[in-house]
Amino acid sequence: MNWLLAVLQTMLFVALAPLLAGWLKCCKCRLQNRKAPSIFQPYRDLLKLTNKQPVVAKQASWIFLIAPYIIFSATVLAATVVPLIAVDLPTSASADVIVMVGFFAFARFFLALAGLDIGTAFGGMGSSREMTISSLAEPAMLMAIFTLTMAASTTNLSFAIGHVLNEGFVLRPSFVFALAALILVAIAETGRIPVDNPATHLELTMIHEAMILEYSGRHLALIEWASQVKLMLYGVLIANIFFPWGIAETLGAQALGYGLLAIMGKLALLAIFLAIVETLFAKMRLFRVQEYLSFAYLLGLLGMLSHIILEASR
Amino acid sequence: MILVLAYCAVLLSFASGVLALLMHQRHNLLALSRYWLKKSPESNEKYQSVIDNSLEEKQFPIFLRQAVFVLLGFSGIFAVLAGMSVLTSKEIITDQISLGLPWLPWHVRFDSLSGFFFLIIGIAVSAVSLYGPGYVKSYDENHHPFAALGLFTGLFVSGMLLVLLADDAFFFMIAWELMSVASYFLVAFQHENPANRRAAFIYLLMAEVGALAIILGFGVLASFATGFTFDELRAAELSSTWASIAFVLALTGFGMKAGIVPVHVWLPEAHPVAPSHISALMSGVMLKVAIYGLIRFCFDLIGEVHWQWGLVLLVLGTFSALGGILYAMMQPNLKRLLAYSSVENVGIIFMVLGLSMIFMANGHPQLAALGFLAALLHAFNHALFKNLLFLGAGIIHHQTHELNIDMMGGLIKRMPQTSMLFLVGCMSISSLPLFNGFVSEWLAFQTALQVDVLDNGVLRSLIPVAAAALALTAALAAACFVKVFGLIFLGQPRSHHSDKAHEIQDKGMLAGSMLLAGLCFLFGIFPGLIITLINGVAGQLLGETLPNDAALGWLWLAPVSAKQASYAPPLVLIGALIAAGVSFWYLRRNPSTVMRRAETWDCGFGGLTSKMQYSSSAFTMPFRRIFAKVWMIDEQIDKDMQGAMNQDVAAVRYHLQVQDHSWPRLYQPIERGVNNTAKVVGRIQTGNIRTYLGYSFATLILMLWVIS
Amino acid sequence: MNIAELDFYTQAILSLAALVGLTSFLMLGQGRLLRLIFVFAMQGFLLTLTTVLAAYSLNNHHLYISAVLTLVLKVIFIPWMLRRQVLHMNMHRDIEALNNKTTVMLGGASLMVFSYYVLQPIVQSSPVVMLNALAVSLSVVLLGMLLMISHRQAVAHVVGFMSIENGLFFAAIVATNGMPMVVELGVAFDVLVAAVLFGIFFLHIRTSIDSLDVDLLNKLNEVDK
Repeated sequence: MNWLLAVLQTMLFVALAPLLAGWLKCCKCRLQNRKAPSIFQPYRDLLKLTNKQPVVAKQASWIFLIAPYIIFSATVLAATVVPLIAVDLPTSASADVIVMVGFFAFARFFLALAGLDIGTAFGGMGSSREMTISSLAEPAMLMAIFTLTMAASTTNLSFAIGHVLNEGFVLRPSFVFALAALILVAIAETGRIPVDNPATHLELTMIHEAMILEYSGRHLALIEWASQVKLMLYGVLIANIFFPWGIAETLGAQALGYGLLAIMGKLALLAIFLAIVETLFAKMRLFRVQEYLSFAYLLGLLGMLSHIILEASR
Repeated sequence: MILVLAYCAVLLSFASGVLALLMHQRHNLLALSRYWLKKSPESNEKYQSVIDNSLEEKQFPIFLRQAVFVLLGFSGIFAVLAGMSVLTSKEIITDQISLGLPWLPWHVRFDSLSGFFFLIIGIAVSAVSLYGPGYVKSYDENHHPFAALGLFTGLFVSGMLLVLLADDAFFFMIAWELMSVASYFLVAFQHENPANRRAAFIYLLMAEVGALAIILGFGVLASFATGFTFDELRAAELSSTWASIAFVLALTGFGMKAGIVPVHVWLPEAHPVAPSHISALMSGVMLKVAIYGLIRFCFDLIGEVHWQWGLVLLVLGTFSALGGILYAMMQPNLKRLLAYSSVENVGIIFMVLGLSMIFMANGHPQLAALGFLAALLHAFNHALFKNLLFLGAGIIHHQTHELNIDMMGGLIKRMPQTSMLFLVGCMSISSLPLFNGFVSEWLAFQTALQVDVLDNGVLRSLIPVAAAALALTAALAAACFVKVFGLIFLGQPRSHHSDKAHEIQDKGMLAGSMLLAGLCFLFGIFPGLIITLINGVAGQLLGETLPNDAALGWLWLAPVSAKQASYAPPLVLIGALIAAGVSFWYLRRNPSTVMRRAETWDCGFGGLTSKMQYSSSAFTMPFRRIFAKVWMIDEQIDKDMQGAMNQDVAAVRYHLQVQDHSWPRLYQPIERGVNNTAKVVGRIQTGNIRTYLGYSFATLILMLWVIS
Repeated sequence: MNIAELDFYTQAILSLAALVGLTSFLMLGQGRLLRLIFVFAMQGFLLTLTTVLAAYSLNNHHLYISAVLTLVLKVIFIPWMLRRQVLHMNMHRDIEALNNKTTVMLGGASLMVFSYYVLQPIVQSSPVVMLNALAVSLSVVLLGMLLMISHRQAVAHVVGFMSIENGLFFAAIVATNGMPMVVELGVAFDVLVAAVLFGIFFLHIRTSIDSLDVDLLNKLNEVDK
């Protein structure tokens, strides 16, 4: 029964991701004084792409063809690990937060290989930049996770969220820093401004888009969907770990309903915050990203130090 | 019985070495067989055809090579059996062989730690013996005789196995030297190239300096003990300072063999030069024997570890891990890149061993067992996937005659099976889930996350920083191997040789690699199989096993407790297959969306050539800019200008040289110091006979004075 | 002691302590003078908030006066004066090119660990819970000195000196429930006078060597080279 609920939660996760992307686009458009498309437009885009014939270059190998499925599966697997509505589901026990980071690494490995597969310069450029940024983001993300797990003494996300919920409202300086670090890392990993512009059409400014330039049809639909799921994943992580109130601790229908409403509300607010950030800031030069990510690492390090110095006394 | 298996393994590898010597003795063997047939013609008729076939001129080399590798393979299988049996039976078996000195026979000890490393060596040697016959066929018999290769391979493997069995200091050192010198001859196998000779010399020099440090370490222990056997050394009472001195000596010696920064410089010189299956054995297995030596010395012989030693190991391991992978990213030569990557992985093993020591010294033996298990598991995994990668590099070199990844490309269509196996190796070394590299990284992080139990605040701040460095290393390794796989196999061929390459026909070479790839995947999905074995090692050596070892099953991995962290790889695999399968089936239902092939999009300009792809230095350019201080970089761009006012670029020449900092900072000053000292000391050799008579006279006077 | 067991005000004070430490780090990494002064003003503001919270939770009324004094001097007056100087001498376009920013930041982090290590015997033997923040205040002092060492602009030196004083003030609040009023007023006036004097010195240095780069001050020696 629990497993069935877990599977349903994952499917809900994957189904809601384009809605979040649509709402984000709507907020951005409003802030930039443009008329926004419907918030259901991403669904229509994905459907349109799946009904088109994919055109694949002659030099492409089987890695190019398989990569979209692997990327999508790895992202969906990461989505099973993060509690969306309810806390106590068994899929969180089969993989903890470090495995979740491993799933992202898996998806990124194949995305980078697909970028190198066609043999054009843009693909290589995208792969090279993506691997650089993700390498620099890993220590920052791990520091933030370390701070969380040292406070909750578990890497299992369900138990960590449960621990934070049961403590009540505690103002921890380490959580403040970890939240800031995680927001910075999330912006870098999901490829939003100021790290990468997802809406650019100039190849030399692309990072994520450059690797998927050659994809079309259902392959492109899977990759787009996977990046929407990844954005929602980071949003759910930030919302449910640092502000977990509202998440269902029991599995009754009412609790689950409240949990769903709570997470949708939190994600809507986070999307507004992200839209404001994207509108206020310009995209950074590529070699400024290392300073940005070292700042994120510094925040994580400070969070961990404040945990040791200020919170747990020996 | 178990010991008999171990002895068989050693003897078989020795026999394979001796058998290789018979390569040039075909005529004598022919005469011998004729004589033997004449003696008793009737009973030996059935052997007649077999012997005639094998001793025939063309067939004899092939037959002998196969026989040598068959013996080596059996040696490997016996080693695996011996290791598995001693690990499952959890006994400690001792014996004495009356070779060696008259008052100090060789003591043999076969316990779980030795058994585990026997298992590693056995698997690697079996894979290499499947691979070997096809690979060594390509060596020209006149310049690179198989007799030498086979003999020294056999001696090398038996030396490694004997090191694991040794229970007293003399036997240990003899076996150690056998291993080092045999591998020197293997590294110097292609000695006509002066660069290869230099690499072999550096290798031998550092191996001997390391051995000297190890002997001194044993000497320190022995000066407090009654004898040289390991039992007596264990009983020695050492003061804290002397124990630390012994530790530093052992760290220098074993660290030199394992390849810790800054004494790693022989690794990237020696490994590319040796034949590929020997590089695989050296990188995958010999480095692990060095780690065995360090574990045996510190955890077993000295016994009481201090947390400062753990801190030293942690810091050295972090620098090796980061330095190794950063240097690996800059190498265009595939085998040099793999050698630097071994430096990185040895650094990770040292880091986790250091964590284990810190927990042990602070009174948390179960967490120490967790760290110990993570380190040994990483050693095992590294042996598997590094062997696989080196064997794959050998196949690529065999087919394309190239080792420079900037000259390869597009091999995935021309060598499909090799590419699949190499992909498994790349995925394992990048610590991706579902493969074995991830499990040991996960356990290493779980060990580091237990840092809250320590009292020392400084340690509690340093260990998370080291864990963040480990995360950075893993991400850099993934970037490096994306580059390696992408540039070698994907894209378009960058040279004529890559264009004309085809899949290897030799089944043996593929079989050896397939064995290793299969094991990588198996232990990624069912890590519990190997973890229960290592748990036994930890139990015997440290006296404690995992905090939660009752829950170790084939499905779940929850080393500390299920509340803390758990991981179930088979469930992850099932989930991945379901998700991929559902999306695959669902999206291909519409027949009108069948895939169509077309030319690569070239932005409308046309003329897309293979030179427009990214090269290895281009791929790693962002890293070169960000981490610029780590290397000595010499980058030159020359432009030929033409046209009116010299504004038009006719040609561009780009020269990039990335060098190791340790040469000018550490080794060249040492070299200069040694040379200068030698010059100063050399002044006593004047060549004048009266001076030499004067020396003898002065010594005589001194002796008379002393005696009186 | 776990932070979850403390009351809300102590948690808030500890969080503000951490944020004050963050502002010290931010100042270390700043190249532009106007932003440096702004971050310094932020540090003063956080200190004011801490003083107000401490006053409320400890029921110590003269800390309110301390808070107002800090607000007027360190958040409004001194930053305003420094900003006026910088704009007047047209230095707001100069950028301090920190060539080894990563090393400086890592050095700052290790200074924080070091100050924690140094103060551990004191912190462990005292029952006062807020004493954990003493390590943060010592690290603010040390980071202020590091700021003075690593930056070349003289204005950055003034800011570093002021942040050392901020750190001492914070330590006083945390450890002893605020300094006696007389000491507080005396230190505040000393700081004010120092700021005024610095302003005068800037003008003189600027006219002699035409720059406020302290590395060029060795042009003023008269030894023949």
